[in-house]
Amino acid sequence: MSNAFSSSLEFIFPFKIEKRPSDSKLMSYLSPLIAILFTLISGAFLFLSLGVDPSTALYTFFIMPLTDVYGWTELGIKVAPLLLCATGLTLCFKAKIWNIGAEGQFIMGALGGGAMALQFLESDSSWVLIPILIAGMLSGLAWAGLAALLKTHFKANEILTTIMLNYIALNALLYFVHGPLKDPNGFNFPQSALFSDSSLLPLLSADYRLNISLLFGLFALVVIWALMSRSWIGYQINVLGEDSAAARYAGFKEKTLTWFALLTCGALAGLAGVSEVTGPVGQLIPHVSPGYGYAAIIVVFLGRMQPVGILLASMLLALTYMGGEMVQMEMTLPKSLTGLFQGMLLFFLLATDLLISYRIIRIKKSNVPSDNAITVSQG
Amino acid sequence: MDIELITNILYATIRTGTPLILIALGEMVCEKSGVLNLGQEGMMLMGAVVGFMAAVTTGNLYLAVLAAVVAGILMSALFGFISISLVSNQVATGLALTIFGGGLSAFLGASYVGMGIDGVQPMFIPLLSDIPVIGKILFQQDPLVYLSFALFGLVYWVFKCTRVGLNIRAVGENPEAANAMGINVHAVRYMCVIFGGAMTGLAGGYLSLAYTPLWSEGMTAGKGWIALSLVVFASWKAERIMLGAYLFGAASIMHLILQGTRFEIAPNLLAMLPYVATILVLVFLSSNHAKTKLNTPMSLGVPYRPQL
Repeated sequence: MSNAFSSSLEFIFPFKIEKRPSDSKLMSYLSPLIAILFTLISGAFLFLSLGVDPSTALYTFFIMPLTDVYGWTELGIKVAPLLLCATGLTLCFKAKIWNIGAEGQFIMGALGGGAMALQFLESDSSWVLIPILIAGMLSGLAWAGLAALLKTHFKANEILTTIMLNYIALNALLYFVHGPLKDPNGFNFPQSALFSDSSLLPLLSADYRLNISLLFGLFALVVIWALMSRSWIGYQINVLGEDSAAARYAGFKEKTLTWFALLTCGALAGLAGVSEVTGPVGQLIPHVSPGYGYAAIIVVFLGRMQPVGILLASMLLALTYMGGEMVQMEMTLPKSLTGLFQGMLLFFLLATDLLISYRIIRIKKSNVPSDNAITVSQG
Repeated sequence: MDIELITNILYATIRTGTPLILIALGEMVCEKSGVLNLGQEGMMLMGAVVGFMAAVTTGNLYLAVLAAVVAGILMSALFGFISISLVSNQVATGLALTIFGGGLSAFLGASYVGMGIDGVQPMFIPLLSDIPVIGKILFQQDPLVYLSFALFGLVYWVFKCTRVGLNIRAVGENPEAANAMGINVHAVRYMCVIFGGAMTGLAGGYLSLAYTPLWSEGMTAGKGWIALSLVVFASWKAERIMLGAYLFGAASIMHLILQGTRFEIAPNLLAMLPYVATILVLVFLSSNHAKTKLNTPMSLGVPYRPQL
């Protein structure tokens, strides 16, 4: 099988990959760390190429946002939506339902909850938060319900439908803030009126912006973890994801499980959305999400779908948002470094995930390939 | 509606359909070889931003188009390395490519937002462009539109008449058998992925150099995803991709079409149309699920590990 193409590659890349007898548990936990390390190294080279000192820039990006209590509370504000979206997505991804729609469900939650909050502009009862949060959750749930309907009833590919629903949700939000929900006294800016104080989530401490949405996130994480590891429906979802044929053979109702996973995810993402507008934002604006729904996908992969992993990964991804803002303020570098770091992180993770099932060994000159060995470039 | 408006609508339909054709043709070739590359959106954004940067810095549009193509190729090679050589999950890797391309393009283009260039100009084909109505619609377009016609012909011909097309299909249907026939499965897949990247890079370049000669963050607005749906809609047939792309093109210029009527609809609602249409198409396809399944390359999305 050796040909000119592969041997020329062997010359510059004298390694081959060999399947492990069984998947490496160690590597499945190590590979996120290796991916983070590679991301940091690439980041350092990136900053070098921009002509800035890499150590200063990396410090500004990853450490400086967290040097005071305020920074940690701001991190919490961003961890909350990531946790809510990521726990919901975990449920879907465990069942191998590729729901990319957390972003749209987040936006619909913000829109539905925000529209409800605008009904209570004059109210000073703190009970109004309950209908507002429920409206947000139901909006996200309904949006995910559409995806579930399209998947179970029409067998439409959920990746494509959820992406399309994200764009539709974004345009719906734009329509409402430019039209029906625009603040009549807002000088024609595309934004709603400011919500009344009673419609805002209670703060955890009067001195900071951090509110109880972080508790929602942590609660969701625990509940979903218990559901997945301790409950009958969680078990069925796991089996469906591992081997859908076995799930059908066992008589598990695939459609019901799909609805359950998607609706739960929608409700959680919707809660994240409404918490964002009744939390740090305080009104409806055209851009309620800096891409939390997409970043949550990275959180799920990076966190290995484990509760502690997801919590740590949420914190890291939240930090990339703060780091982007920090390097913009302190060093006038573009804020879009956030997306770049997030993308690199996921890429390196997928590449290093190879190490879970394979190992890389050096090709020796006299080495005769063993039976189950393949070279990287072999065709 | 008068004839001039209809002419303008069809003219604009061809223009909006062009990037979709380019991406969908490239992705079709890629999927025929068994590789599902969901990273179209990221590759397209990279093509758009790199093409635009090249246009601003060199002032040469040919170089700019070339740069866009190279950007697409580099992105797809990265995808190919991880998904083919490192046998990763193609769905996750494609998503990563989209997220990475979105981030990298926004970063690279940050200082180019708001700049303007003289975009690719229409090229009138002598004689043909003088034909009434049809001349304006088909023969007063820019060179990249003509290139999309040519590339359609190329892809159609390769799969209809050549051994290369046959080999690509063999690799996508049954890589083990193709391997036994002496076809280098990984090499074929790399070539197809890279072809797809070049096409998507070109589509990105078309967007930022010809369609709307400017760069703005996330300017592709889901076109890569729509093109992915288009491949399914077209059941992996080049001629149906052409048809579908122009239908979607028409759906995205509804505001122009509605000018001729009395309807007044908010622009944000009209902007939903192509996405709604995509969902409807996916729903419509499922009414014929067996046929879709028949046309899907058998080994689509399944990594191939050669056994020695």
